[in-house]
Amino acid sequence: MDKQNAQQTGSEARPVLEGPDIARVLTRIAHEIVERAKGADDVVLLGIPTRGVFLARRLAAKLEQITERKVPVGSLDITMYRDDLRMHPPRALARTEIPGDGIDGRLVVLVDDVLFSGRTIRAALDALNDIGRPRAVQLAVLVDRGHRELPIRADYVGKNLPTSLRETVKVLLAEEDGRDTVLLGAKRTAQ
Amino acid sequence: MSKILIRGAKVLGGEPRDVLIDGGTITQVGTGLSGEGAEVVEAAGRVLLPGLVDLHTHLREPGREDSETVLTGTRAAASGGYTNVFAMANTFPVADTAGVVEQVWRLGQESGYCDVQPIGAVTVGLEGRKLAELGAMHESAAGVTVFSDDGKCVHDAVIMRRALEYVKAFGGVVAQHAQEPRLTEGAEMNEGVVSAQLGLGGWPAVAEESVIARDVLLAEHVGSRVHICHLSTAGSVEIVRWAKSRGIDVTAEVTPHHLLLTDELVRTYNPVYKVNPPLRTERDVMALREALADGTIDIVATDHAPHPHEDKDCEWAAAAMGMVGLETALSVVQETMVDTGLLDWAGVADRMSFEPARIGRATGHGRPVSAGEPANLTLVDTAYRGLVDPAGFASRSRNTPYEGRELPGRVTHTWLRGKATLVDGKLT
Amino acid sequence: MQRHLISAADLTRDDAVLILDTAEEMARVADRPIKKLPTLRGRTVVNLFFEDSTRTRISFEAAEKRLSADVINFTAKGSSVSKGESLKDTAQTLEAMGVDAVVIRHGASGAPYRLATSGWIDAHVINAGDGTHQHPTQALLDAFTMRRRLVGRDAGLGQDLSGRRITIVGDVLHSRVARSNVDLLHTLGAEVTLVAPPTLLPVGVGSWPCEVSYDLDSTLTKSDAVMMLRVQRERMNAAFFPTEREYSRRYGLDGERMARMPGHAIVMHPGPMVRGMEITADVADSDRCTVIEQVTNGVSIRMAVLYLLLGGNEPAVTHARTTEEK
Repeated sequence: MDKQNAQQTGSEARPVLEGPDIARVLTRIAHEIVERAKGADDVVLLGIPTRGVFLARRLAAKLEQITERKVPVGSLDITMYRDDLRMHPPRALARTEIPGDGIDGRLVVLVDDVLFSGRTIRAALDALNDIGRPRAVQLAVLVDRGHRELPIRADYVGKNLPTSLRETVKVLLAEEDGRDTVLLGAKRTAQ
Repeated sequence: MSKILIRGAKVLGGEPRDVLIDGGTITQVGTGLSGEGAEVVEAAGRVLLPGLVDLHTHLREPGREDSETVLTGTRAAASGGYTNVFAMANTFPVADTAGVVEQVWRLGQESGYCDVQPIGAVTVGLEGRKLAELGAMHESAAGVTVFSDDGKCVHDAVIMRRALEYVKAFGGVVAQHAQEPRLTEGAEMNEGVVSAQLGLGGWPAVAEESVIARDVLLAEHVGSRVHICHLSTAGSVEIVRWAKSRGIDVTAEVTPHHLLLTDELVRTYNPVYKVNPPLRTERDVMALREALADGTIDIVATDHAPHPHEDKDCEWAAAAMGMVGLETALSVVQETMVDTGLLDWAGVADRMSFEPARIGRATGHGRPVSAGEPANLTLVDTAYRGLVDPAGFASRSRNTPYEGRELPGRVTHTWLRGKATLVDGKLT
Repeated sequence: MQRHLISAADLTRDDAVLILDTAEEMARVADRPIKKLPTLRGRTVVNLFFEDSTRTRISFEAAEKRLSADVINFTAKGSSVSKGESLKDTAQTLEAMGVDAVVIRHGASGAPYRLATSGWIDAHVINAGDGTHQHPTQALLDAFTMRRRLVGRDAGLGQDLSGRRITIVGDVLHSRVARSNVDLLHTLGAEVTLVAPPTLLPVGVGSWPCEVSYDLDSTLTKSDAVMMLRVQRERMNAAFFPTEREYSRRYGLDGERMARMPGHAIVMHPGPMVRGMEITADVADSDRCTVIEQVTNGVSIRMAVLYLLLGGNEPAVTHARTTEEK
């Protein structure tokens, strides 16, 4: 197993967002999207597996409540576009599901749980490039923990969370983990 | 030639004895013999055997000197404890005339490590169609008594019958490589469970057994003796056993590798295990051991088949068949027959010296270790155990299936007519 | 997974399911406007074909190119191989040019195994068919086709072929496809029956993890998939069967026989088909026959194998779930 994944969130991890907080910030992001996209009628939400997909679906539900229109939502697996492929054994692939009408000429909002180095989003932009030509691409994240390594920024941020590199941020979602919470903990040193 | 005293050796595995050699002859066998004026070889704990005789060796000269020559082959023989080897006829040119067999015989004389008795081809060019000049080869300086198309089967029943009959005139014997050619087209390994999985062409046991059955019946019909090369199957053993019980004059040999190795090894696709006849199953191995122990199989013969590295460092289908064996034969026999309790050392002397010499009508070899006999002797450290390292072989080729395998026993000394060819494991 | 893919028998159930699941994702790339992934950019793969096989070579080549690998095609014809250069020298020459993986098709059983294990080269070795031994990617694409048809595209994810009854008919003796399929289908939990005249079954087939029958009609009615193997007309000359007519009457699949198969059952063929011998034209052209799908699926399977062997710093670790952590 690779170094990054060997570093588990320590047992002393503390919650920085709880279930109601997550629901509230998603609602706020949904409103921001409607506002900035002027009604959001050409928005396509693409979640980045695994947890970005659940967040995208929740956002879509909220957008539908606000706009009373169906909002296309899908997923974008970036595994094969990662720049660290050669540093680990190959990973199992996740599903890329592009909504039926595609992304050409649309406003694509990428959705992920944590924005960190920016490399995942760089890979996602490459992946998008092979799928179509959106009108514009925006980024929504639940947590921005800083430490960018690429010139990438989020358009919608649930919570800015200043962290040190010795800390880890872990997002747990009910769909995958049985509960909603964001944990901040100390990195366990790799063996 | 000076005197040599071998002190305290277990002659044929029996009680310790001193053996005194003077010139080319054993002059005394007893206890407490004086070593005065003699070179003394302390042999306590070791086993003294008559010099081994191999009825089935490929020396490759003339024609394939890149894999072996008479000189390197006889050096390998001396290393393995042999004092006499029978050189197979499948050289280039084929040993099917008096000229070629005399050449091989003369090279053997010159080597000085081991007597070389050429085997003559049964048919011209080993092609199975026309009898070679068997009589001329017998009357040549080489004095050929054993005839074989080994590598190929004398598959035509009429040619085989004629050959069996013809050699009676001068006491010769035909050594048959039993392999029905049509049943073995495209054959690459023993046909069975393993070949089915590996997708390698099957070599059925019946291809060997059917030829042996035919030939023992032919030998009976024409009143000749017949020798069967390298038996490899339990079925072949049964046929030879039946033939002997009927009084048919048949003798048979088994190779060391068929006493130890099975076709499971082919799963590695390593061509070092590619050999003709192919490695068979565990059941066959056990039947061969038992048959060698009870005398159904008369002798052990190496089928020493040297091949250059490139002929084995390739894919299975492209590889040559055969393995070297002179330098490991006695160790494999100790492992499979002596250490298992199937045969004592007197039995080993019988299967590896007395009987092969008798079948091949070798003179001066395969004689008892007693006063007045030629001093062809082999001294074995039977307590030794070590890993087989082909880098130390005297043979020009390294295609041994035993590389890295631990085997018992080590030949320390070999004497050819009183002259040491091997001393403390080193060739002289 | 191991470093090389030599035999279907080397795959565990989890390895095989991972390959099938990965292939299912790879298949979706074919539906996109740009059918290309950057995954193997900078990796060099040589297709080393000592035997003519245009369809297998093209399938591998398509897979390699969709993953952005650099591809070198080497066919024995007109090369130094025909001048007596050995497999070892050829492979070492290619590796000296910086090859990361060798896809090898060879007429000699065991040649890929030798290439992978004899220390001649360091590259990954993928067996694209060796003699009458193995053709693992064919078995994988067959299993993929069966899973899609019998279990379902999405429903099949993570699933094996437990309890499915697969019948393989024809020249088993000379077939690397049959050997690979028996091994893989057994690993995936399917029940395999081989049907052939006794002359076209290897001695020792009794040790294989499958049933053997000489009677096609009695097995057809309880088969979920029937795979017809190619039967070369030349086999007749070696007395494996008397005539083409007798073979096709006893072991060929025609419309009447196909009608007796269960309604959901499919007909498969690794190609190339010998119409009129093992399969009639109406069966070959029916929508129950998956031969074209198998070709399409072959590219997805080979992409999956290439990705899982070469995509990372070492071959995929079966069922290593990456934890999401940032």
